[in-house]
Amino acid sequence: MNPAVTAAAPDAPHPAGTGPATQAFIHLAGVSKVYRSGRKEHLAISDATFDVMPGELVALVGPSGCGKSTLLKILAGLHGHDQGTVRIGSDAHPFDPARDIGMVFQAPLLLKWRRIIDNVLLPAELLGLPMAAARARARELLALVGLTGAEDKYPYELSGGMQQRAAIARSLIHDPKLVLMDEPFGALDALTREKMNLELLRIWKESGKTIVFVTHGISEAVFLGSRVVVLTPGPARMADNFEIHLPHPRTLDMKTQEQFGVYTRRIYRLLGME
Amino acid sequence: MDLLNSKLGRYTLGVAAHLLLLLAWYLFVRLGEVPKFVMPSPGDTLAALFVADYGWWSNTLVTATEIFGGYSLALVVGVLLALLFTWSKTLEALMLPLLVTLNMIPKVALGPLIIVWFKYGVFPNSMMAFSIAVFPILLTTARGLREIEPDLLDLVRSLRGSRWQLFTKIQLPGALPYVFAGMKVAAILAVAGAIVGEFLGSDRGLGYLMLQVQVTLDTPAMFMAVILITLLGMLLYGLVMLLEHLFVVKDARVS
Repeated sequence: MNPAVTAAAPDAPHPAGTGPATQAFIHLAGVSKVYRSGRKEHLAISDATFDVMPGELVALVGPSGCGKSTLLKILAGLHGHDQGTVRIGSDAHPFDPARDIGMVFQAPLLLKWRRIIDNVLLPAELLGLPMAAARARARELLALVGLTGAEDKYPYELSGGMQQRAAIARSLIHDPKLVLMDEPFGALDALTREKMNLELLRIWKESGKTIVFVTHGISEAVFLGSRVVVLTPGPARMADNFEIHLPHPRTLDMKTQEQFGVYTRRIYRLLGME
Repeated sequence: MDLLNSKLGRYTLGVAAHLLLLLAWYLFVRLGEVPKFVMPSPGDTLAALFVADYGWWSNTLVTATEIFGGYSLALVVGVLLALLFTWSKTLEALMLPLLVTLNMIPKVALGPLIIVWFKYGVFPNSMMAFSIAVFPILLTTARGLREIEPDLLDLVRSLRGSRWQLFTKIQLPGALPYVFAGMKVAAILAVAGAIVGEFLGSDRGLGYLMLQVQVTLDTPAMFMAVILITLLGMLLYGLVMLLEHLFVVKDARVS
């Protein structure tokens, strides 16, 4: 779909200065994208330069219009980009753009006419995976996301938070190497959201996936991310990229620690809110 | 209070309302001493059913054939055209505005033309039912097929899902509630279409019978005809509801 997003071949040369042990799973350098409608041009993202290591959970944070969703769509291969380099995959972790992406959106987007387990199976059907094995895996994943017993329910029988858990299970069914999440908890109430944050960290640890998580919640970004990439609007550009040195497993009471405040203040400052 | 909250309670209330109407009808005619040719009592109306000359059974069968025939054709043509539109955007852009205009034609006004083209009988009356029932089915189905969440589209694209997969797994089942919504509107219209057809030109059917007994002022028979037509409509509507119940998940239904 997008020739510039290349899946690294196993025998591809290593980028300068990176050995196999430290090679990034996602490598972005100077990525920018302009939307054109008629004669109008709109800069959707610029200066995006960051690496994501295999198994890392990176949070992209910024206000609306900063280009975080655009960046996610570029990673998903849904949009092309105008400048810069996007490389996903490495020697140790080859990447197939057709089947190595799982996606979770703000709305659960479950198909109303399908039972939960059949919703989880949708990507497996689209990819033509062996269904018996996929069905067994779907049950395991529903257990992983805490939905044991809900397999045969319809989406309307579940709460918003539970529907989003099902959507997370669906994003994992085809065992993708990369999971892209676009404000997945943005529509949930504050308490459910905190709970889902903890759940996501557990699921991330247990599944070992590389996750790129888009949010406009600053404390959510710091709490979840092993790395935070800050994007700012007007013009949309990447403003910062730093690691979060908070131990795992993370607990809610880390939010009250001084170090947590240091990180969130750093982001607030970038967004001109301090 | 309990009556409102239980399914059985609501059902009971619904039946009670019908029985109350019957009772009110009976009392009105009886106490008001209303002449039979103006308004017959429920008993007189029922008695009309036993006048063998009227051929109730065969006339009902004729009207039912017209309604169900025209309706079935409308369903097939309406859904097929809507499907065609989703596969060709050009065709949709070309045809949809035209169809919206055609929909504005009062189909009843086509009656005399249909008689010119197809003469009297079951077929032209079916065409009348068809012409009036096809539009709601076509327009709602086309809308249902178009309604697809952009993010869901992204999800399918990110997995390199084919156009056919998108259609069979998401678009088509997603449009089904809309098809049924259109079918319910069309069910009521199809009955009206068939009867109007019979009024305009026919030698059989309940609408035809009504015109015949009107001449002799046999009001009970006219009442009976209206009741039978209504029952035919209810049968068709009930059938659609049953199918919807079987094929559409509760939450996905479009009221």
